[in-house]
Amino acid sequence: MALYSDKVMEHFINPRNVGVIEDADGIGEAGNAKCGDIMKMYLKIEDDIIKDVKFETFGCASAIASSSMATELIKGKPVSEAMMLTNKAVAEALDGLPAYKMHCSVLAEEAIQKALDDYNEKHKK
Amino acid sequence: MQIYADNAATTKMSKAAVDTMTEYMNNWFGNPSSLYTIGQRAKEKLEEARALTAEMINADRREIIFTSGGSESDNQALMSAAEFGKRNGKTHIISTAFEHHAVLHTLRKLEKNGFEITLLPVYKNGIVLPEDVEAAIREDTCLVSVMTANNEIGTIQPISEIGQICRNHGVIFHTDAVQAVGHLPIDVKAQNIDMLSASAHKFHGPKGVGFLYVRKGIPLSNLIEGGAQERGKRAGTENLAGIMSMTVALRESVENMDRNNAHMSEVRDYLIKGLSQIPHSALNGDAEKRLAGNVNFSFEGIEGESILILLDREGISASSGSACTSGALDPSHVLLAIGRIHDVAHGSLRLTIGEDITFEQADYIIEKVKNTVAHLRGFSPVWRDLAEGKRKYILP
Repeated sequence: MALYSDKVMEHFINPRNVGVIEDADGIGEAGNAKCGDIMKMYLKIEDDIIKDVKFETFGCASAIASSSMATELIKGKPVSEAMMLTNKAVAEALDGLPAYKMHCSVLAEEAIQKALDDYNEKHKK
Repeated sequence: MQIYADNAATTKMSKAAVDTMTEYMNNWFGNPSSLYTIGQRAKEKLEEARALTAEMINADRREIIFTSGGSESDNQALMSAAEFGKRNGKTHIISTAFEHHAVLHTLRKLEKNGFEITLLPVYKNGIVLPEDVEAAIREDTCLVSVMTANNEIGTIQPISEIGQICRNHGVIFHTDAVQAVGHLPIDVKAQNIDMLSASAHKFHGPKGVGFLYVRKGIPLSNLIEGGAQERGKRAGTENLAGIMSMTVALRESVENMDRNNAHMSEVRDYLIKGLSQIPHSALNGDAEKRLAGNVNFSFEGIEGESILILLDREGISASSGSACTSGALDPSHVLLAIGRIHDVAHGSLRLTIGEDITFEQADYIIEKVKNTVAHLRGFSPVWRDLAEGKRKYILP
């Protein structure tokens, strides 16, 4: 199917970092079931470094691939760097998304930003 | 294993249909409007095709207009009946909430031009009630349009009863029979049908050709203006190769209908039984009053496009009512019309099997769908919430 790039297909078929972190330091959720996409991100953060990240996604192939790619892009990175993650970066790393699927990458960015907000909220000094 | 299970989208042309097509493209290039021999011979063939097409639905040959397919037929039928109605001061049209877009979008256009449209409910089982039609008819109703069988959930409508009601009230009755012609017995006289749309590629004929039946005495206006083809009702040089090929495919489908339907409905019910074992899933549309080849399920907690792409990798071609498959925001209007809320309408799968389906293939489909649903539920946050009791199941 030429609808998606090979990268999207690869991440859809073999999504990275799938699952839940039980003692997550930050959790973020974006989207809703009504529109057909929900992403949930779990972060494990130590010394301001994203030690681990897991995701769960209800959605189409590009939503699942976007979640997977977004986790790859922030894993092992400092929180400050993860906060700079944009949907464009996710889409580019996937070798592009069809125009009407760009919102999937936006959801990935949103879910990660919400998880980081949650972490910052919990760890306010 | 390769299984084409999207026959409601289009069908593979039969060998006889392909052979006829190439025969007519090779040897019958004449324009039926030309007066020399090769033109007139083409004209004779065209009229033979018209007579045979008419015979297949118990119509008269003068009641058949060849068109480019279902959408054109629907457009012409509706626009024409509306125009005729308006001339008589009648600007109310009755249809249903789950018609094909060729009907719904034409009605929307008419609505903008001052027509009042009543869309009847189709209830949980996806079937229109004739009494609803009767109750909705008014003094100024000029047209009732109800599809013979739904393209997504395959439910078969009580066309004869609705036709009778329309006849009693003197209202034109049109039916979009695109999914039904070649698959269900059609008798326009017995079923009180005034106008009927059909498309060749849904019954193993070629794409780009179809027909519109218009009962004698029902006025018909043009959608396409120009030459005097089709008794002046549809301009454009006739697609003779396509029309001849369609006719051959239609005759084959009608002749083999009972045998094909007996086999397909057996496999369909086997598939429904198998897929019903998936927890929190539900068949969409009535289990019995449905086309022999149609299976449509909703699976809770997952999204349809993902299912389709994974099945495609296993060699299964299917379809979904998910918004993601069409680029729209809302899921299928058909699934919403039968009361499936967005959350589960997105997670739908339509399998429309063909005559050559085997039980071995059905077993393969059941296995692959089960695996796919389990895989996607495995990392769905919605499914987790449901399983942990944070969210209530919609499907039992």
